[in-house]
Amino acid sequence: MKDLQKSELKAKLMQGNEACAEGALVAGCRFFAGYPITPASEIAEHLSVRLPQMDGTFIQMEDEIASMGAVIGASLAGVKAMTATSGPGFSLMQENLGFACMAEVPCVVVDVMRGGPSTGLPTNPAQGDVMQARWGTHGDHPIIALSPSSALECFSLTVKAFNFSEKYRTPVVLLMDEVVAHMREKVALPDSGEVEVIDRVKPSVPPEWYLPYEDTSFGVPPMGIFGEGYRYHVTGLVHDIRGFPTLRQDEIEPFLLRLFRKISIHFDDLQLVESFHTEDAELVIVAYGCVARSAHRAMVEARARGMKVGLMKLITLWPFPRRFVEPLTRAHKTLLVPEMNMGQVSREVKRVNQGMTPVLTLNKVDGTLITPQEILEKMKEKR
Amino acid sequence: MNEDRPLIYKYLRHDKKFPHVWCGGCGIGIMLGALIRAIDHIGYTKDEVVLVSGIGCSGRLPVYVDFNTLHTTHGRALTFATGVKLAKPELQVIVIMGDGDATAIGGNHFIHAARRNLDLTAIIVNNSIYGMTGGQYSPTTPYGQRATTAVYGSVEHSFNISQLAVCAGAVFAARGTVYHVRQLDGLIEKALLKRGFSVVEVISQCHTHYGRLNKLGNQIEMMKGQRDSAVPVEKAKGMSQEEMEGKFEVGILVDREAPNYLEEYAKVRQKAREVLSVQLSKEEKEESDRREASDRN
Repeated sequence: MKDLQKSELKAKLMQGNEACAEGALVAGCRFFAGYPITPASEIAEHLSVRLPQMDGTFIQMEDEIASMGAVIGASLAGVKAMTATSGPGFSLMQENLGFACMAEVPCVVVDVMRGGPSTGLPTNPAQGDVMQARWGTHGDHPIIALSPSSALECFSLTVKAFNFSEKYRTPVVLLMDEVVAHMREKVALPDSGEVEVIDRVKPSVPPEWYLPYEDTSFGVPPMGIFGEGYRYHVTGLVHDIRGFPTLRQDEIEPFLLRLFRKISIHFDDLQLVESFHTEDAELVIVAYGCVARSAHRAMVEARARGMKVGLMKLITLWPFPRRFVEPLTRAHKTLLVPEMNMGQVSREVKRVNQGMTPVLTLNKVDGTLITPQEILEKMKEKR
Repeated sequence: MNEDRPLIYKYLRHDKKFPHVWCGGCGIGIMLGALIRAIDHIGYTKDEVVLVSGIGCSGRLPVYVDFNTLHTTHGRALTFATGVKLAKPELQVIVIMGDGDATAIGGNHFIHAARRNLDLTAIIVNNSIYGMTGGQYSPTTPYGQRATTAVYGSVEHSFNISQLAVCAGAVFAARGTVYHVRQLDGLIEKALLKRGFSVVEVISQCHTHYGRLNKLGNQIEMMKGQRDSAVPVEKAKGMSQEEMEGKFEVGILVDREAPNYLEEYAKVRQKAREVLSVQLSKEEKEESDRREASDRN
């Protein structure tokens, strides 16, 4: 009893949704607007208790469109903000998610994936929103999406999502799934002092010199806050560096290209994966979310049987971590992509692969988790 | 007229590429003048005003004036404004919408904002048509009137925006016109000063589309129409339904007190902190009990 680690003492049995909510608070989130939906409601419920304890604000809006609007408004007024939903609500949020991309407003959107399309399978897991996270809102735009595979990662990646959103002035999507969200695990949360928290850069020039959408070497302009003296215009129209709507060709394209560039020049920072035994592996499983847990077990069992199997767990789904997948294909390792959709990430893997090495797919859309056994079965197809 | 020039100049964004997008004779500019006079008269600083708009002709208004300005998505202005106000209650958040913006695509947000009674002011320019997209019928196009999507006459019945606000719980609702501009100044000022959700419906003209399609003449004739159709609220009380046919009330329709959202949420925070302190002292006791037990071992 005496030798018990401090972190062990603090360990709690915690649900992924609760861990996500606690991560948001540690990251500095003080505003949540949302609408009830299974399997994401626990995030709202938890924050409705916790936010007012910390002088924050929780509000239940009339729908998900309104929730996303309120989140953007709060962020413009200088408060870190988030919402949480599932597929049907995520569809409704796409309109204002695009606004946040366009006006460069930091915010975090949690989508706890359930079976779709439409109302689909409200209480069953799926991973069908990967492409919706990428292309759900209209028009060309970059996006960041992260995918946790444990309750602890629900905590740490929510913090990460806030940090990315503040650093790059962009909405960040946290793609959870029903399994990760509702699974209870032992979690030892770090003290808030041990967690890196990044805040947006504010303008340092006098207000009369401030150009709210001016390019910088980092690609991200400092962000003025409503009420702090930097009066500027925020719009969903394509705008010039002063924020005013423009139709000039020499202003439209540089602006849109900067939106892409501010993400693409920071791939090193943004693209996260975790590799297990990939060096000597002949077959590498590429998995994410809850399926990565089954894949890990399958890898351990395969190794016990003498098969050279590795795992690449994708943490960042968008921008797709090409620079980690490409070396696997160059080394002619067979890839196996198990996922709970009809092939949204495997198609991305094949795009990177360009036929260099076999890519096996394992797709399951029956509303249940892919098991380690099913992944082991699939490995037999490797030639 | 001339006395207004220096005032509006004080608030215009001179580095914005003018001219503005509105047609000559549009009522939105008159409404903007009234809003500026009200803000100036109250004495708000530019930094404390946030002007939020949706999409449409009225949506373009904020870009021209030197406040914190936010041009949002169609119908959603009130949702963004809700976030701004909750995050920074010291800001004066004013929302500009059109009739289609506020009562068609944004109708749900409108009634819920009124019900919630957050301290916002909504100014709705009602010109009975979708102007920016070229004259399609809106929720306030009267029955039988024409639009580019109702060339045989609209078969839908129109919303009464101010009455909708009253029924949904707004603590202040008023209707004015761009013809009765001095009255409008006062209505907007009262709405801005009101604690809680306040609404001013501003009857305006779209001579370019609505007037042309319905043969109502130019902007001047349409404004004369406003003069002839407007009946002060007090006078309307004594008039029969037949006498009010084709006319509308102007003035303050409701001015009442109700608990506003920020005051109510302050109570939530107070209760939440009490729960937290009880919880923390309980945890502290458990921790010290555990330490004592482990020391004994």
